[in-house]
Amino acid sequence: MKQLRHPGLWLALALTAAFALWPALASNKAYTREIAFTILRAVTFASSLNILLGYTGYVSFGHIVFYGLGGYVGFYLLDEHNVHLAVAVLAGGLASGLLAFLLGRAILRLRGAYFALATIGVNEAMRAFIKNIDLFGGPTGMTLNFRVYQSYGGPDQALWTTYLSVAALSLVVVLVSFLVKSSRFGLGLMAIRENEDAAEVMGVVAPSTKTWAYVLSAFFPGMLGVLFFFKNGNIEPGDAFVLHQSIEGIVMVMLGGQGTVLGPVLGAAAYQRLRGLLLVSPLFKNIQLAVAGVLLLVIVLFVPAGVVGWLRGRFAILRRVLE
Amino acid sequence: MLIPSLIDGLLLGFVYGIAAMGLSLIWGVMDVINLSHGPIIALGMFGIYLAFNGLGMNPYLTLLLVMAGGLLLGIVIYGVAVQRVIDAPHLSTLLATFAVNMIIIGIGTAVFTTSPRNVDFSLGSISLGNVSLTWTRILAAVAAGGVTALLYLFLHRTQPGKAIRAVTDNRAAAELMGIPTNWILALSFGLGTMLAAVSGGLIATFFPFTILAGGSYEVKSFVICVLGGLGNPLGALIGGLLLGALEGVIPVLGSLPGIPNIETSWVPVVEFVLFVLILLVRPQGLLGSES
Repeated sequence: MKQLRHPGLWLALALTAAFALWPALASNKAYTREIAFTILRAVTFASSLNILLGYTGYVSFGHIVFYGLGGYVGFYLLDEHNVHLAVAVLAGGLASGLLAFLLGRAILRLRGAYFALATIGVNEAMRAFIKNIDLFGGPTGMTLNFRVYQSYGGPDQALWTTYLSVAALSLVVVLVSFLVKSSRFGLGLMAIRENEDAAEVMGVVAPSTKTWAYVLSAFFPGMLGVLFFFKNGNIEPGDAFVLHQSIEGIVMVMLGGQGTVLGPVLGAAAYQRLRGLLLVSPLFKNIQLAVAGVLLLVIVLFVPAGVVGWLRGRFAILRRVLE
Repeated sequence: MLIPSLIDGLLLGFVYGIAAMGLSLIWGVMDVINLSHGPIIALGMFGIYLAFNGLGMNPYLTLLLVMAGGLLLGIVIYGVAVQRVIDAPHLSTLLATFAVNMIIIGIGTAVFTTSPRNVDFSLGSISLGNVSLTWTRILAAVAAGGVTALLYLFLHRTQPGKAIRAVTDNRAAAELMGIPTNWILALSFGLGTMLAAVSGGLIATFFPFTILAGGSYEVKSFVICVLGGLGNPLGALIGGLLLGALEGVIPVLGSLPGIPNIETSWVPVVEFVLFVLILLVRPQGLLGSES
């Protein structure tokens, strides 16, 4: 476990923990908690996406499908079967992981833009499918009975429980992201990213390696979805499978630096803060999407490696600290 | 029930077809999936809307302006967002064109809001036997057919058109033959967005829309491109007709004896499952050639 002493891991974990502890130090705790919740949710989603996008080099445009599906499965269990939140969260994660496993064998055979298109198709198909399933409430979705919150100490306490769970989940994701990167499995993924055919010649079993990366990157968003929609109190197809949020996830990964552990954490926090500021600014609130678009364009055209990637490339000494 | 729905679907299919043709042309020439396709379709709709409701212009004449605007806009988008990353991995061009998408939607939402609009333009309808068809749909299909024919002539009979096909075949070789490939790529991108804008303009003459409406037509264009073979513009027209026919026929299949009723809400499920399946089994498209 020598790699656990790497400063890059502790930097990423410390940054995530700092966001998580922020509400405890702020004067207006509930308000700060909501901001920190948005950031930690983004950190979790971006870091999971990074396992596939950054390490493996496969662009999943419809990654939000795992968030939505996990959310639906967990929500259904909470609402209809009164299971404990922890069980529901686990079930949501497993459902998304299973979907990724089944899909993985099929669509991961596609490369480049074809894979990206297929993931969009999967997300749209899933949304259209869920809309037609009466078990999940069809187009209007489901609303959680308010009594459910009583078993978690009332609505206010339930909000804190959800917050702490998302904080814990984000720390776990960052740790897993680091462990994957420094493992033999992660090396295989990065070899696939650089040149899939060469990787196979060198003995990387590409199909199963890619599939497990896909499963891993789907598992955490599935759990996250359950927590978010538990807090939200209702779920509907239009909210669960928003293609736009998928792409926001990609923007966060790109902004921070794809393929790095710290990058998605930094990118998620920066993007969410920027978005928050734009939304409340009188000048920009109507065109916040356009401003985000310009930002994305500038990153793609001029700093494709993201902030962390750029720093690592520019200052050799930082390569030992930033991972 | 079945025949009118089929004809209605086919007429709509022509319009879907030219939207997809734009996407397919850009993909074929430069391996770029243009994710700003949807907002440009929406801009085409608003072009017709503003000219008709504001200035009282005839929608079909305005279409020429929309075409010119689409062409110019495409060339600008290429120069600003695509040119620099054209040889980078797919992620870069996908994100660059998506950034354009966000910019157009962001500004569009601020200017036009997201409330629904419609072009209140009617030419009546004709009845053929027991089939009743509105003239706007028929004219849209005719216009789409005309645009396709012009595109075909342009690609096969003119110097720039031939250059586009040469660049599609092999960009490096075309460059060596003295073709200014950068201009040809810009022109192809412009033609692609022009087709998107025209299809949007035609849709606006019979469906209500918002600034966000382009999104669903963009996704339909993906499905059509995959049906017809990515990078094969004429295949896109056939793919469009196929999708239009499916959309027309699936909801009324239940009226036939022995077939269970399928609700309209299942149509997108069928479409997207078909889409993913074709991508898996025949990524070159149903009509694409083996390569």
